[in-house]
Amino acid sequence: MSTDSENFYAQIVNKLKNWARINSPWAIHFNSGSCNGCDIEILATLTPRYDVERLGIKLQGSPRHADVLIATGPVTLQALDRLIRVYEQMPDPKYVIAVGSCALSGGVFDGCYSVIGDLNKVIPVDVYVPGCPPRPEAIIFGVVQLLDSLKKGKKPTKIVVSNDVPELIIEEKSNGNN
Amino acid sequence: MTEAKKEKFIVPIGPQHPALKEPGNFEFTVDGEIVTDAAVRLGFVHRGIEKACENRNYTQDLYLLERVCGICSHVHATAFVLGVEKLAGVQAPPRAEAIRVLAAELERIHSHLLWFGVAAHEAGFDTLFMYTWRDREVVMDILETLSGSRVHYSVNILGGVKIDVDQKLSDLIKKDMDFLEERTEYYMKVVTTDDTFLGRTRGIGTLSKDRAKLLGAVGPTARASGVKRDIRVNAPYSGYKEFPVKMVIDQTGDLEARFVVRLKELYESYRLIREILEKIQPGEITTRIKRKIPEGEVISRVEAPRGELFYYIKSNGTEMPDRVKVRTPSLCNWGTITDVAVGHKLADMPMLLAGIDPCFSCNDRMVEIRSDSQPSQMMNWDGLRKYGIEYYR
Ligand code: SF4
Repeated sequence: MSTDSENFYAQIVNKLKNWARINSPWAIHFNSGSCNGCDIEILATLTPRYDVERLGIKLQGSPRHADVLIATGPVTLQALDRLIRVYEQMPDPKYVIAVGSCALSGGVFDGCYSVIGDLNKVIPVDVYVPGCPPRPEAIIFGVVQLLDSLKKGKKPTKIVVSNDVPELIIEEKSNGNN
Repeated sequence: MTEAKKEKFIVPIGPQHPALKEPGNFEFTVDGEIVTDAAVRLGFVHRGIEKACENRNYTQDLYLLERVCGICSHVHATAFVLGVEKLAGVQAPPRAEAIRVLAAELERIHSHLLWFGVAAHEAGFDTLFMYTWRDREVVMDILETLSGSRVHYSVNILGGVKIDVDQKLSDLIKKDMDFLEERTEYYMKVVTTDDTFLGRTRGIGTLSKDRAKLLGAVGPTARASGVKRDIRVNAPYSGYKEFPVKMVIDQTGDLEARFVVRLKELYESYRLIREILEKIQPGEITTRIKRKIPEGEVISRVEAPRGELFYYIKSNGTEMPDRVKVRTPSLCNWGTITDVAVGHKLADMPMLLAGIDPCFSCNDRMVEIRSDSQPSQMMNWDGLRKYGIEYYR
Protein backbone atom coordinates (compact mmCIF):
# COMPACT_ATOMS: atom_id res chain seq x y z
CA MET A 1 0.00 0.00 0.00
CA SER A 2 2.79 2.38 0.85
CA THR A 3 4.17 2.24 -2.68
CA ASP A 4 0.76 3.16 -3.97
CA SER A 5 0.49 6.24 -1.85
CA GLU A 6 4.07 7.12 -2.71
CA ASN A 7 3.17 6.87 -6.33
CA PHE A 8 0.18 9.01 -5.73
CA TYR A 9 2.25 11.74 -4.14
CA ALA A 10 4.90 11.52 -6.80
CA GLN A 11 2.22 11.96 -9.40
CA ILE A 12 0.81 14.99 -7.68
CA VAL A 13 4.22 16.54 -7.33
CA ASN A 14 4.99 15.84 -10.96
CA LYS A 15 1.75 17.38 -12.04
CA LEU A 16 2.44 20.39 -9.91
CA LYS A 17 5.92 20.74 -11.33
CA ASN A 18 4.66 20.45 -14.83
CA TRP A 19 1.96 22.99 -14.19
CA ALA A 20 4.50 25.42 -12.82
CA ARG A 21 6.85 24.78 -15.68
CA ILE A 22 4.25 25.43 -18.30
CA ASN A 23 2.99 28.54 -16.65
CA SER A 24 6.34 30.04 -16.03
CA PRO A 25 9.28 28.45 -17.79
CA TRP A 26 12.64 29.88 -16.91
CA ALA A 27 14.97 30.12 -19.79
CA ILE A 28 18.67 30.52 -20.14
CA HIS A 29 20.29 31.88 -23.21
CA PHE A 30 23.57 30.61 -24.54
CA ASN A 31 25.48 32.01 -27.45
CA SER A 32 27.60 29.36 -29.06
CA GLY A 33 29.21 31.50 -31.67
CA SER A 34 26.33 33.38 -33.18
CA CYS A 35 26.74 36.65 -34.97
CA ASN A 36 24.71 38.47 -32.35
CA GLY A 37 21.74 38.97 -34.59
CA CYS A 38 19.79 36.17 -32.98
CA ASP A 39 20.86 37.20 -29.49
CA ILE A 40 19.68 40.71 -30.03
CA GLU A 41 16.34 39.43 -31.23
CA ILE A 42 16.06 37.22 -28.18
CA LEU A 43 16.80 40.21 -26.02
CA ALA A 44 14.23 42.17 -27.97
CA THR A 45 11.58 39.66 -26.94
CA LEU A 46 12.06 40.89 -23.39
CA THR A 47 11.44 44.50 -24.20
CA PRO A 48 8.15 46.35 -24.16
CA ARG A 49 6.94 45.61 -27.66
CA TYR A 50 7.14 41.83 -27.36
CA ASP A 51 7.49 41.38 -23.63
CA VAL A 52 7.61 37.62 -23.07
CA GLU A 53 7.41 38.09 -19.37
CA ARG A 54 3.72 38.61 -19.77
CA LEU A 55 3.63 34.93 -20.77
CA GLY A 56 5.55 34.00 -17.68
CA ILE A 57 8.76 33.32 -19.55
CA LYS A 58 11.73 34.59 -17.65
CA LEU A 59 15.22 34.87 -18.99
CA GLN A 60 17.74 34.46 -16.24
CA GLY A 61 21.38 33.81 -15.70
CA SER A 62 22.09 30.53 -14.02
CA PRO A 63 21.74 27.21 -15.83
CA ARG A 64 20.82 25.59 -12.54
CA HIS A 65 17.55 27.47 -12.43
CA ALA A 66 16.62 26.95 -16.03
CA ASP A 67 14.05 24.74 -17.69
CA VAL A 68 14.69 25.82 -21.23
CA LEU A 69 17.98 26.41 -22.97
CA ILE A 70 17.72 28.87 -25.81
CA ALA A 71 20.82 28.37 -27.88
CA THR A 72 21.99 30.37 -30.85
CA GLY A 73 24.90 30.10 -33.20
CA PRO A 74 26.68 27.44 -35.19
CA VAL A 75 28.46 25.89 -32.14
CA THR A 76 32.09 26.89 -32.42
CA LEU A 77 34.70 24.47 -31.20
CA GLN A 78 35.66 26.93 -28.49
CA ALA A 79 32.19 27.21 -27.11
CA LEU A 80 31.47 23.52 -27.46
CA ASP A 81 32.38 22.25 -24.00
CA ARG A 82 30.86 25.32 -22.41
CA LEU A 83 27.62 24.57 -24.15
CA ILE A 84 27.66 20.97 -23.00
CA ARG A 85 28.53 22.08 -19.50
CA VAL A 86 25.68 24.53 -19.37
CA TYR A 87 23.34 21.86 -20.67
CA GLU A 88 24.50 19.34 -18.11
CA GLN A 89 24.14 21.81 -15.28
CA MET A 90 20.48 22.26 -16.01
CA PRO A 91 18.13 20.20 -13.88
CA ASP A 92 15.95 17.55 -15.52
CA PRO A 93 13.66 17.71 -17.37
CA LYS A 94 15.24 20.18 -19.71
CA TYR A 95 14.37 21.43 -23.12
CA VAL A 96 16.39 23.04 -25.85
CA ILE A 97 15.28 25.59 -28.38
CA ALA A 98 17.65 26.23 -31.26
CA VAL A 99 17.21 29.74 -32.56
CA GLY A 100 18.41 30.81 -35.98
CA SER A 101 19.60 29.18 -39.15
CA CYS A 102 23.06 28.83 -37.66
CA ALA A 103 21.90 26.53 -34.92
CA LEU A 104 19.85 24.55 -37.40
CA SER A 105 22.46 23.83 -39.98
CA GLY A 106 25.37 26.17 -39.61
CA GLY A 107 23.69 28.74 -41.83
CA VAL A 108 26.17 30.94 -43.64
CA PHE A 109 28.96 29.51 -41.55
CA ASP A 110 28.44 26.04 -42.94
CA GLY A 111 31.82 24.64 -43.83
CA CYS A 112 33.87 26.98 -41.68
CA TYR A 113 36.73 25.14 -40.02
CA SER A 114 35.82 25.89 -36.46
CA VAL A 115 32.09 25.32 -36.37
CA ILE A 116 30.09 22.16 -35.91
CA GLY A 117 26.96 23.54 -37.44
CA ASP A 118 24.01 21.55 -36.28
CA LEU A 119 23.21 22.01 -32.62
CA ASN A 120 21.49 18.64 -32.59
CA LYS A 121 24.85 16.96 -33.07
CA VAL A 122 25.85 18.20 -29.65
CA ILE A 123 22.73 18.26 -27.50
CA PRO A 124 19.19 17.06 -28.19
CA VAL A 125 17.09 19.87 -29.60
CA ASP A 126 13.35 20.07 -29.05
CA VAL A 127 12.32 23.06 -31.09
CA TYR A 128 13.99 24.73 -34.04
CA VAL A 129 13.22 28.30 -34.93
CA PRO A 130 14.48 29.06 -38.43
CA GLY A 131 15.44 32.44 -39.79
CA CYS A 132 18.49 34.59 -39.97
CA PRO A 133 17.64 35.94 -37.52
CA PRO A 134 14.09 34.82 -36.74
CA ARG A 135 11.77 37.63 -35.83
CA PRO A 136 11.01 38.02 -32.14
CA GLU A 137 7.49 36.80 -32.88
CA ALA A 138 8.92 33.62 -34.32
CA ILE A 139 11.04 33.03 -31.25
CA ILE A 140 8.05 33.51 -28.99
CA PHE A 141 6.08 31.17 -31.22
CA GLY A 142 8.80 28.56 -30.81
CA VAL A 143 8.61 28.79 -27.05
CA VAL A 144 4.84 28.57 -27.15
CA GLN A 145 5.08 25.44 -29.29
CA LEU A 146 7.31 23.89 -26.69
CA LEU A 147 4.94 24.78 -23.88
CA ASP A 148 2.02 23.40 -25.85
CA SER A 149 3.68 20.07 -26.21
CA LEU A 150 4.52 20.06 -22.52
CA LYS A 151 0.90 20.57 -21.73
CA LYS A 152 0.14 17.46 -23.68
CA GLY A 153 2.52 15.73 -21.35
CA LYS A 154 5.23 14.52 -23.62
CA LYS A 155 8.58 15.76 -24.67
CA PRO A 156 7.95 17.42 -27.98
CA THR A 157 8.50 15.39 -31.06
CA LYS A 158 9.22 17.18 -34.28
CA ILE A 159 7.19 20.32 -34.51
CA VAL A 160 6.78 21.86 -37.89
CA VAL A 161 6.77 25.52 -37.13
CA SER A 162 5.98 26.49 -40.67
CA ASN A 163 2.49 25.04 -41.02
CA ASP A 164 0.84 27.54 -38.77
CA VAL A 165 2.53 30.71 -39.87
CA PRO A 166 3.22 30.53 -43.58
CA GLU A 167 3.69 34.27 -43.96
CA LEU A 168 6.52 34.31 -41.43
CA ILE A 169 8.45 31.72 -43.34
CA ILE A 170 8.14 33.57 -46.61
CA GLU A 171 9.71 36.57 -44.99
CA GLU A 172 12.48 34.54 -43.46
CA LYS A 173 13.35 33.00 -46.80
CA SER A 174 13.54 36.28 -48.59
CA ASN A 175 16.22 37.65 -46.32
CA GLY A 176 17.99 34.48 -45.32
CA ASN A 177 19.49 32.81 -48.31
CA ASN A 178 19.48 35.14 -51.21
CA MET B 1 30.71 37.05 -3.05
CA THR B 2 34.38 37.83 -3.06
CA GLU B 3 35.47 37.17 0.47
CA ALA B 4 38.80 38.75 -0.34
CA LYS B 5 41.08 38.80 2.66
CA LYS B 6 44.67 39.83 2.41
CA GLU B 7 45.79 37.56 -0.36
CA LYS B 8 45.02 38.28 -3.95
CA PHE B 9 41.93 36.90 -5.51
CA ILE B 10 41.27 36.18 -9.09
CA VAL B 11 37.68 36.64 -10.10
CA PRO B 12 36.98 34.99 -13.41
CA ILE B 13 33.79 36.03 -15.05
CA GLY B 14 31.97 34.29 -17.82
CA PRO B 15 31.96 33.02 -20.43
CA GLN B 16 28.27 32.42 -20.10
CA HIS B 17 26.65 35.52 -18.80
CA PRO B 18 23.23 36.76 -19.59
CA ALA B 19 23.77 40.46 -19.69
CA LEU B 20 26.02 40.87 -22.66
CA LYS B 21 24.40 37.99 -24.51
CA GLU B 22 27.75 36.99 -25.80
CA PRO B 23 30.46 34.79 -24.41
CA GLY B 24 33.72 36.23 -23.23
CA ASN B 25 35.87 35.52 -20.27
CA PHE B 26 37.38 38.18 -18.07
CA GLU B 27 39.77 37.73 -15.26
CA PHE B 28 40.11 40.44 -12.71
CA THR B 29 42.72 40.17 -10.04
CA VAL B 30 41.46 41.95 -6.99
CA ASP B 31 43.10 43.16 -3.84
CA GLY B 32 40.18 43.61 -1.50
CA GLU B 33 37.79 45.60 -3.56
CA ILE B 34 40.30 47.21 -5.89
CA VAL B 35 41.13 45.64 -9.20
CA THR B 36 44.86 45.26 -9.67
CA ASP B 37 44.98 43.43 -12.95
CA ALA B 38 42.63 42.53 -15.72
CA ALA B 39 42.77 40.11 -18.57
CA VAL B 40 40.34 39.21 -21.30
CA ARG B 41 40.01 35.87 -22.95
CA LEU B 42 38.23 35.97 -26.25
CA GLY B 43 37.62 33.48 -28.96
CA PHE B 44 34.45 31.72 -27.91
CA VAL B 45 32.65 32.75 -31.04
CA HIS B 46 35.52 32.31 -33.44
CA ARG B 47 33.94 30.91 -36.56
CA GLY B 48 36.68 31.20 -39.17
CA ILE B 49 34.98 33.73 -41.40
CA GLU B 50 38.14 35.08 -42.99
CA LYS B 51 39.11 31.64 -44.17
CA ALA B 52 35.62 30.87 -45.34
CA CYS B 53 35.71 34.00 -47.49
CA GLU B 54 38.42 32.45 -49.60
CA ASN B 55 36.18 29.59 -50.61
CA ARG B 56 33.26 31.70 -51.71
CA ASN B 57 32.83 34.16 -54.50
CA TYR B 58 32.53 37.88 -53.95
CA THR B 59 28.75 37.95 -53.89
CA GLN B 60 28.55 35.11 -51.41
CA ASP B 61 31.20 36.77 -49.28
CA LEU B 62 29.03 39.82 -49.04
CA TYR B 63 26.36 37.87 -47.21
CA LEU B 64 28.86 36.01 -45.13
CA LEU B 65 30.63 39.16 -44.02
CA GLU B 66 27.36 40.79 -43.18
CA ARG B 67 27.04 38.10 -40.58
CA VAL B 68 30.30 38.94 -38.90
CA CYS B 69 28.20 40.98 -36.56
CA GLY B 70 24.50 41.18 -36.08
CA ILE B 71 24.58 44.71 -34.75
CA CYS B 72 26.66 46.42 -37.39
CA SER B 73 26.09 44.18 -40.36
CA HIS B 74 25.69 47.00 -42.84
CA VAL B 75 29.08 48.58 -42.24
CA HIS B 76 30.83 45.27 -42.78
CA ALA B 77 29.16 44.87 -46.12
CA THR B 78 29.90 48.49 -46.98
CA ALA B 79 33.58 48.16 -46.18
CA PHE B 80 33.83 45.03 -48.28
CA VAL B 81 31.85 46.42 -51.17
CA LEU B 82 33.83 49.66 -51.26
CA GLY B 83 37.06 47.70 -51.34
CA VAL B 84 35.94 45.38 -54.10
CA GLU B 85 34.56 48.27 -56.13
CA LYS B 86 37.89 50.03 -55.83
CA LEU B 87 39.66 46.90 -57.07
CA ALA B 88 37.28 46.57 -59.97
CA GLY B 89 37.51 50.25 -60.80
CA VAL B 90 33.79 50.71 -60.53
CA GLN B 91 32.03 53.61 -58.88
CA ALA B 92 28.56 53.14 -57.46
CA PRO B 93 26.04 55.75 -58.62
CA PRO B 94 25.53 58.75 -56.30
CA ARG B 95 22.05 57.68 -55.30
CA ALA B 96 23.40 54.32 -54.20
CA GLU B 97 26.12 55.99 -52.18
CA ALA B 98 23.55 58.15 -50.45
CA ILE B 99 21.39 55.15 -49.62
CA ARG B 100 24.42 53.39 -48.19
CA VAL B 101 24.99 56.32 -45.87
CA LEU B 102 21.32 56.42 -45.00
CA ALA B 103 21.38 52.78 -43.98
CA ALA B 104 24.64 53.24 -42.12
CA GLU B 105 23.24 56.10 -40.08
CA LEU B 106 20.03 54.21 -39.32
CA GLU B 107 22.20 51.38 -38.16
CA ARG B 108 24.22 53.73 -36.00
CA ILE B 109 21.03 54.92 -34.33
CA HIS B 110 19.88 51.38 -33.65
CA SER B 111 23.30 50.37 -32.39
CA HIS B 112 23.71 53.35 -30.08
CA LEU B 113 20.23 52.94 -28.65
CA LEU B 114 20.89 49.27 -28.12
CA TRP B 115 24.12 50.03 -26.36
CA PHE B 116 22.54 52.73 -24.27
CA GLY B 117 19.92 50.29 -23.07
CA VAL B 118 22.44 47.61 -22.22
CA ALA B 119 24.65 50.10 -20.40
CA ALA B 120 21.66 51.34 -18.41
CA HIS B 121 20.88 47.74 -17.57
CA GLU B 122 24.41 47.26 -16.26
CA ALA B 123 23.90 50.25 -14.02
CA GLY B 124 20.76 48.66 -12.62
CA PHE B 125 18.61 51.14 -14.46
CA ASP B 126 16.20 48.72 -16.04
CA THR B 127 13.50 51.26 -16.74
CA LEU B 128 15.84 53.10 -19.03
CA PHE B 129 16.75 49.83 -20.69
CA MET B 130 13.12 49.19 -21.49
CA TYR B 131 12.59 52.75 -22.67
CA THR B 132 15.51 52.72 -25.08
CA TRP B 133 14.63 49.35 -26.47
CA ARG B 134 11.09 50.43 -27.02
CA ASP B 135 12.32 53.44 -28.95
CA ARG B 136 14.78 51.29 -30.79
CA GLU B 137 11.89 49.37 -32.29
CA VAL B 138 11.08 52.54 -34.22
CA VAL B 139 14.39 52.32 -36.04
CA MET B 140 14.00 48.61 -36.49
CA ASP B 141 10.68 49.24 -38.16
CA ILE B 142 12.26 51.71 -40.54
CA LEU B 143 15.01 49.29 -41.38
CA GLU B 144 12.50 46.56 -41.93
CA THR B 145 10.31 48.64 -44.20
CA LEU B 146 13.39 49.73 -46.05
CA SER B 147 15.01 46.37 -46.58
CA GLY B 148 12.71 43.61 -45.41
CA SER B 149 14.83 42.45 -42.53
CA ARG B 150 15.36 43.67 -39.04
CA VAL B 151 18.94 42.67 -38.58
CA HIS B 152 20.78 41.68 -41.73
CA TYR B 153 19.46 44.24 -44.14
CA SER B 154 21.58 43.28 -47.14
CA VAL B 155 21.40 46.77 -48.52
CA ASN B 156 24.62 46.52 -50.47
CA ILE B 157 25.36 44.62 -53.59
CA LEU B 158 28.52 44.88 -55.61
CA GLY B 159 28.21 48.03 -57.63
CA GLY B 160 25.32 49.61 -55.82
CA VAL B 161 22.45 48.96 -53.49
CA LYS B 162 19.42 46.77 -53.56
CA ILE B 163 16.85 49.03 -52.03
CA ASP B 164 15.43 52.42 -52.82
CA VAL B 165 13.55 55.04 -50.86
CA ASP B 166 10.39 56.59 -52.16
CA GLN B 167 8.54 59.67 -51.03
CA LYS B 168 6.17 57.82 -48.73
CA LEU B 169 8.98 56.08 -46.94
CA SER B 170 11.03 59.20 -46.60
CA ASP B 171 8.10 61.03 -45.01
CA LEU B 172 7.73 58.18 -42.56
CA ILE B 173 11.41 58.22 -41.71
CA LYS B 174 11.37 61.97 -41.15
CA LYS B 175 8.45 61.67 -38.81
CA ASP B 176 10.18 58.94 -36.85
CA MET B 177 13.35 60.97 -36.63
CA ASP B 178 11.40 63.75 -34.94
CA PHE B 179 10.09 61.29 -32.40
CA LEU B 180 13.52 59.84 -31.73
CA GLU B 181 15.07 63.26 -31.41
CA GLU B 182 12.59 64.12 -28.72
CA ARG B 183 13.38 60.90 -26.89
CA THR B 184 17.12 61.48 -27.16
CA GLU B 185 16.57 64.87 -25.59
CA TYR B 186 15.15 63.06 -22.59
CA TYR B 187 17.99 60.53 -22.43
CA MET B 188 20.48 63.33 -22.55
CA LYS B 189 18.77 64.87 -19.56
CA VAL B 190 18.92 61.60 -17.65
CA VAL B 191 22.55 60.99 -18.44
CA THR B 192 23.72 64.44 -17.48
CA THR B 193 21.50 65.23 -14.50
CA ASP B 194 20.33 62.05 -12.80
CA ASP B 195 22.27 61.61 -9.57
CA THR B 196 22.15 57.84 -9.48
CA PHE B 197 23.43 57.64 -12.97
CA LEU B 198 26.13 60.22 -12.47
CA GLY B 199 27.32 58.33 -9.42
CA ARG B 200 28.10 55.42 -11.65
CA THR B 201 29.59 57.33 -14.55
CA ARG B 202 31.14 60.64 -13.60
CA GLY B 203 34.88 60.43 -13.08
CA ILE B 204 34.90 56.67 -13.51
CA GLY B 205 37.20 54.94 -15.92
CA THR B 206 38.88 58.07 -17.12
CA LEU B 207 41.02 57.47 -20.15
CA SER B 208 43.40 60.29 -20.92
CA LYS B 209 43.94 61.48 -24.45
CA ASP B 210 47.49 60.17 -24.55
CA ARG B 211 46.56 56.75 -23.24
CA ALA B 212 43.68 56.53 -25.68
CA LYS B 213 46.03 57.31 -28.55
CA LEU B 214 48.65 54.93 -27.28
CA LEU B 215 46.24 52.05 -26.80
CA GLY B 216 44.72 52.61 -30.19
CA ALA B 217 41.20 53.31 -29.02
CA VAL B 218 38.74 54.00 -31.79
CA GLY B 219 35.25 55.31 -32.23
CA PRO B 220 33.23 56.92 -29.47
CA THR B 221 35.62 55.57 -26.85
CA ALA B 222 38.47 57.53 -28.39
CA ARG B 223 36.35 60.56 -29.17
CA ALA B 224 35.19 60.75 -25.56
CA SER B 225 38.85 61.15 -24.63
CA GLY B 226 39.38 63.95 -27.10
CA VAL B 227 41.07 61.97 -29.84
CA LYS B 228 39.95 63.17 -33.24
CA ARG B 229 39.31 59.82 -34.83
CA ASP B 230 36.33 59.41 -37.09
CA ILE B 231 36.77 57.94 -40.54
CA ARG B 232 33.64 59.68 -41.75
CA VAL B 233 35.45 62.98 -41.20
CA ASN B 234 39.12 62.06 -41.50
CA ALA B 235 38.81 60.12 -44.72
CA PRO B 236 35.27 60.52 -46.07
CA TYR B 237 34.10 57.53 -48.06
CA SER B 238 31.05 56.71 -50.08
CA GLY B 239 28.24 59.21 -49.55
CA TYR B 240 29.96 61.00 -46.70
CA LYS B 241 31.84 63.08 -49.27
CA GLU B 242 28.58 64.58 -50.36
CA PHE B 243 26.92 64.58 -46.96
CA PRO B 244 29.59 65.51 -44.42
CA VAL B 245 29.15 64.89 -40.71
CA LYS B 246 30.44 66.81 -37.74
CA MET B 247 32.74 65.01 -35.38
CA VAL B 248 31.53 64.79 -31.81
CA ILE B 249 34.34 65.24 -29.33
CA ASP B 250 34.52 65.32 -25.57
CA GLN B 251 37.61 66.02 -23.53
CA THR B 252 36.73 64.40 -20.20
CA GLY B 253 37.35 60.79 -21.11
CA ASP B 254 35.27 59.27 -18.33
CA LEU B 255 32.24 57.06 -18.64
CA GLU B 256 29.88 59.99 -18.65
CA ALA B 257 31.70 61.42 -21.64
CA ARG B 258 31.24 58.16 -23.52
CA PHE B 259 27.53 58.34 -22.89
CA VAL B 260 27.35 61.96 -23.95
CA VAL B 261 29.39 61.42 -27.10
CA ARG B 262 27.20 58.59 -28.26
CA LEU B 263 24.01 60.47 -27.57
CA LYS B 264 25.31 63.53 -29.39
CA GLU B 265 26.18 61.32 -32.32
CA LEU B 266 22.55 60.34 -32.43
CA TYR B 267 21.59 63.97 -33.05
CA GLU B 268 24.13 64.12 -35.81
CA SER B 269 22.67 60.98 -37.37
CA TYR B 270 19.13 62.38 -37.24
CA ARG B 271 20.31 65.51 -38.93
CA LEU B 272 22.20 63.63 -41.60
CA ILE B 273 19.30 61.32 -42.36
CA ARG B 274 16.98 64.29 -42.82
CA GLU B 275 19.52 65.99 -45.04
CA ILE B 276 19.94 62.90 -47.21
CA LEU B 277 16.20 62.48 -47.59
CA GLU B 278 15.90 66.14 -48.61
CA LYS B 279 18.73 66.23 -51.04
CA ILE B 280 18.91 62.78 -52.52
CA GLN B 281 19.00 62.90 -56.32
CA PRO B 282 16.96 60.56 -58.47
CA GLY B 283 18.95 58.16 -60.57
CA GLU B 284 20.33 54.68 -60.97
CA ILE B 285 21.11 52.61 -57.94
CA THR B 286 23.37 49.99 -59.48
CA THR B 287 26.17 49.73 -62.00
CA ARG B 288 27.46 46.65 -63.67
CA ILE B 289 30.42 44.91 -62.18
CA LYS B 290 32.29 41.90 -63.53
CA ARG B 291 32.26 38.64 -61.64
CA LYS B 292 36.01 38.35 -61.88
CA ILE B 293 37.77 41.03 -59.91
CA PRO B 294 41.15 42.16 -61.32
CA GLU B 295 44.25 41.20 -59.43
CA GLY B 296 45.35 43.57 -56.71
CA GLU B 297 45.02 44.45 -53.10
CA VAL B 298 43.14 47.17 -51.33
CA ILE B 299 42.34 48.46 -47.90
CA SER B 300 39.03 49.92 -47.03
CA ARG B 301 38.11 51.80 -43.89
CA VAL B 302 34.70 52.79 -42.67
CA GLU B 303 33.33 54.11 -39.42
CA ALA B 304 31.22 51.51 -37.69
CA PRO B 305 29.05 52.51 -34.72
CA ARG B 306 31.86 51.32 -32.46
CA GLY B 307 34.74 52.86 -34.36
CA GLU B 308 36.99 52.30 -37.29
CA LEU B 309 36.42 49.14 -39.23
CA PHE B 310 39.26 48.04 -41.44
CA TYR B 311 39.18 45.63 -44.35
CA TYR B 312 42.05 44.32 -46.39
CA ILE B 313 41.13 42.48 -49.56
CA LYS B 314 43.50 40.73 -51.91
CA SER B 315 42.29 39.51 -55.23
CA ASN B 316 44.03 37.06 -57.52
CA GLY B 317 41.97 37.77 -60.57
CA THR B 318 39.40 35.04 -60.01
CA GLU B 319 35.86 35.08 -58.73
CA MET B 320 37.04 34.47 -55.19
CA PRO B 321 39.22 36.68 -53.04
CA ASP B 322 42.68 35.50 -52.14
CA ARG B 323 42.58 36.95 -48.66
CA VAL B 324 40.18 39.00 -46.63
CA LYS B 325 41.35 40.48 -43.38
CA VAL B 326 39.00 42.19 -41.01
CA ARG B 327 39.94 44.33 -38.07
CA THR B 328 37.01 45.37 -36.01
CA PRO B 329 36.69 48.29 -33.61
CA SER B 330 35.78 46.28 -30.52
CA LEU B 331 39.11 44.53 -30.57
CA CYS B 332 40.96 47.84 -30.57
CA ASN B 333 38.97 49.02 -27.61
CA TRP B 334 39.55 45.95 -25.49
CA GLY B 335 43.05 47.18 -24.78
CA THR B 336 41.66 50.21 -23.02
CA ILE B 337 39.75 48.01 -20.59
CA THR B 338 42.74 46.23 -19.20
CA ASP B 339 44.33 49.63 -18.75
CA VAL B 340 41.41 51.50 -17.28
CA ALA B 341 40.21 48.71 -14.99
CA VAL B 342 43.28 48.78 -12.77
CA GLY B 343 42.67 50.79 -9.63
CA HIS B 344 38.92 50.74 -9.92
CA LYS B 345 36.46 48.94 -7.76
CA LEU B 346 35.20 45.56 -8.84
CA ALA B 347 31.72 47.02 -8.68
CA ASP B 348 32.62 49.41 -11.48
CA MET B 349 33.63 46.70 -13.89
CA PRO B 350 30.28 46.03 -15.54
CA MET B 351 29.85 49.68 -16.39
CA LEU B 352 33.41 49.99 -17.59
CA LEU B 353 33.00 47.04 -19.88
CA ALA B 354 29.71 48.26 -21.17
CA GLY B 355 31.31 51.66 -21.70
CA ILE B 356 33.32 50.54 -24.68
CA ASP B 357 30.28 48.86 -26.18
CA PRO B 358 31.93 45.49 -26.49
CA CYS B 359 30.88 43.18 -29.24
CA PHE B 360 32.37 39.74 -29.16
CA SER B 361 31.07 38.29 -32.31
CA CYS B 362 33.07 40.65 -34.42
CA ASN B 363 36.41 40.45 -32.74
CA ASP B 364 36.32 36.75 -32.18
CA ARG B 365 37.69 35.90 -35.51
CA MET B 366 41.04 35.81 -33.72
CA VAL B 367 42.41 32.48 -32.72
CA GLU B 368 43.39 32.47 -29.09
CA ILE B 369 45.28 29.89 -27.13
CA ARG B 370 43.15 28.20 -24.54
CA SER B 371 44.53 27.95 -21.05
CA ASP B 372 43.15 25.04 -19.14
CA SER B 373 43.92 26.25 -15.66
CA GLN B 374 40.56 27.40 -14.43
CA PRO B 375 40.69 29.23 -11.14
CA SER B 376 38.03 28.09 -8.77
CA GLN B 377 36.23 31.25 -7.67
CA MET B 378 33.73 31.74 -10.40
CA MET B 379 31.43 34.68 -10.60
CA ASN B 380 29.13 35.04 -13.47
CA TRP B 381 28.35 38.26 -15.18
CA ASP B 382 24.97 38.49 -13.64
CA GLY B 383 26.54 38.09 -10.23
CA LEU B 384 28.98 40.85 -10.94
CA ARG B 385 26.28 43.13 -12.22
CA LYS B 386 24.16 42.59 -9.13
CA TYR B 387 27.23 43.11 -7.01
CA GLY B 388 27.86 46.43 -8.70
CA ILE B 389 24.29 47.57 -8.25
CA GLU B 390 24.22 46.53 -4.61
CA TYR B 391 27.50 48.25 -3.99
CA TYR B 392 26.18 51.59 -5.12
CA ARG B 393 22.83 51.26 -3.45
S1 SF4 C 1 21.11 32.67 -37.80
FE1 SF4 C 1 21.79 34.55 -38.78
S2 SF4 C 1 21.36 36.14 -37.27
FE2 SF4 C 1 21.31 34.20 -36.20
S3 SF4 C 1 23.36 33.94 -35.39
FE3 SF4 C 1 23.29 32.91 -37.38
S4 SF4 C 1 24.01 34.43 -38.84
FE4 SF4 C 1 23.47 35.51 -36.97
